[in-house]
Amino acid sequence: MDLINNLSLGFGVAFTFQNLIYGFIGCLLGTLIGVLPGIGPVATIAMLLPATYALPPIAALIMLAGIYYGAQYGGSTTAILVNLPGESSSVVTVIDGYQMARKGRAGPALAAAGLGSFFAGCVGTLILAAFAVPLTEVAFKFGPAEYFSLMILGLIGAVVLASGSLLKAVAMIVLGLLLGLVGTDVNSGVARYSFDIPELTDGIGFIVIAMGVFGYGEIITNLAQPEDKREVFLGKVTGLFPTKEDFKNMVPAVLRGTAIGSILGILPGGGALLAAFAAYTIEKKTKLRPGEVPFGQGNIRGVAAPESANNAGAQTSFIPLLTLGIPPNAVMALMVGAMTIHNIQPGPQVMTSNPELFWGLIASMWIGNLMLIILNLPLIGMWIKLLTVPYRWLFPAIVLFCAIGVYSTNNNTFDIWLVGAFGVVGYVWAKLSVEPAPLLLGFILGPMMEENLRRALLLSRGDWSVFVTRGLSASLLAVAAVMLIVVLLPSVKSKREEAFVEE
Amino acid sequence: MKIKSQKDFFSGLMFTVIGASFAYGATSYNIGSGARMGPGYFPLLLGVILALLGAAILFKSLVFETPDGEHVGAFAWKPLVFIIAGNLLFGVLLGGLPSIGLPAMGLIVAIFGTTIVVSMAGDEFNFKETVVLSVILSLMCYGAFIMLLKLQFPVWPSFISG
Repeated sequence: MDLINNLSLGFGVAFTFQNLIYGFIGCLLGTLIGVLPGIGPVATIAMLLPATYALPPIAALIMLAGIYYGAQYGGSTTAILVNLPGESSSVVTVIDGYQMARKGRAGPALAAAGLGSFFAGCVGTLILAAFAVPLTEVAFKFGPAEYFSLMILGLIGAVVLASGSLLKAVAMIVLGLLLGLVGTDVNSGVARYSFDIPELTDGIGFIVIAMGVFGYGEIITNLAQPEDKREVFLGKVTGLFPTKEDFKNMVPAVLRGTAIGSILGILPGGGALLAAFAAYTIEKKTKLRPGEVPFGQGNIRGVAAPESANNAGAQTSFIPLLTLGIPPNAVMALMVGAMTIHNIQPGPQVMTSNPELFWGLIASMWIGNLMLIILNLPLIGMWIKLLTVPYRWLFPAIVLFCAIGVYSTNNNTFDIWLVGAFGVVGYVWAKLSVEPAPLLLGFILGPMMEENLRRALLLSRGDWSVFVTRGLSASLLAVAAVMLIVVLLPSVKSKREEAFVEE
Repeated sequence: MKIKSQKDFFSGLMFTVIGASFAYGATSYNIGSGARMGPGYFPLLLGVILALLGAAILFKSLVFETPDGEHVGAFAWKPLVFIIAGNLLFGVLLGGLPSIGLPAMGLIVAIFGTTIVVSMAGDEFNFKETVVLSVILSLMCYGAFIMLLKLQFPVWPSFISG
């Protein structure tokens, strides 16, 4: 069995003392920051990325994956205990999770989230391992035209499945692509849009954009809102373990959530957020068993399903990144950036050229999930304490860490001026209701897209029809077109808006 | 003509202007042709697309009715100014500004300056509390970034450490 061989290679790498420690630190830091309300996984990863520069590539990626899960998981703790989603994918967990906490059942709610996530993580890891090899083989058949079409599909998918105005999201992608082109063109050596500023000839750092728009932008938006009384659940969390009845309700919900999350995670743009929403909607549509608490009043299924789904989605969204080198969402776009910093070009060749890294990362994902369970359930008291830290102490610290992180990337103050500018821009975008996530995706894909377009057109001698005459490329574009048309249908359009307003 | 959605109007305007500027900028590079793309080819294409998308958003904002006019609302100047100012101050203090002869003050001074200025962005500002926070953050940063991660930072003012 290849799968077993590959996984054992991976576990061999992941189970070294050093990598276990880095995975653990990643999970701990990720949870620590993920628990804080108002800082999503993108800002968390961007903020902590500089801490991994000095590490060897495998350790750095393992730590980053840990940070991602930790942030994801920490968000659900906040959702259950404070009635505030720590990040967007736990928005639905708030609904039933907080009600459970108010009824003195915070323990089972946290356990349901934890156990559900762990199960989903295990399944997600297996799917990832199983799909990696065949998908990579497909990827090797891709020429530049196919890659270009695949990126179009990925970008279209990302906006179709995301919330908010479609037109604005597409515009943000294009803007991201353009910003990605700033700097020296690899083919001609011309420094584009650098305005004779030497620092800009290297291009804009993706950390600068991520921290400015997501970090500073989010903080300013948070501060602009009048501080509503945060109702922190400070009672002792007792009776962590769910009852037998809880388990009966939980298990099918976890299974359904995992299945939905795994599928939606692979799709571009979907990832954790959409998975959680879809899973909750499905649970709400299934019939209540006699004696079960209705949804919205603390039903354990309302916690277990979306939490399993977002974790499964988080896991499987690594598939397009690791096999095709194409990030399906903003978090994965950051991972691409992290890999490039360590001189790894994401794509199908990683698995063959760097098998230790590839399988080690996959194995460490499973270990990361295990660590989260160990870390979260017993340490819950500590996380609760953290929630009582007032925001007026937190945001100066966050701004400071962002500034230090940006500076340490290139040891250059120019990046600090630039991140300030992007902070202003990020706030303006928030005011205009322009979603920034597609921008980051476009930014990462910009140079790749140009390169593949150039090669495809070079091979076809400038004939654009190459994208529709090659079968694979044509079908990818067709799928993208169908997605766009379906979303624009009036009936689907209203449903789509509805799906993201779940209160 | 009445603006039906203020948010869309301004975002459309923004995209159009940015797209047009990028497209205009691209014309100063060699455009080339499809088979031999120059450095200006792709940015010109994208700039035009962006400008068109912006125009479409602009058009939408003037034609389609929205229930509440989607007003942009007042800017929160206080947090905006103090957060960004704190960030810029960090750069100035850490690296100095050679153009006006300001020496590098190093990490610790920068942490104090940034923390104090950024704290002013909040609703309640307590100087004593902020100083305590700065001390804690300085110790944390020194421990994590200088001792543990060994990042290359000027820690103390350049006229002290030389």
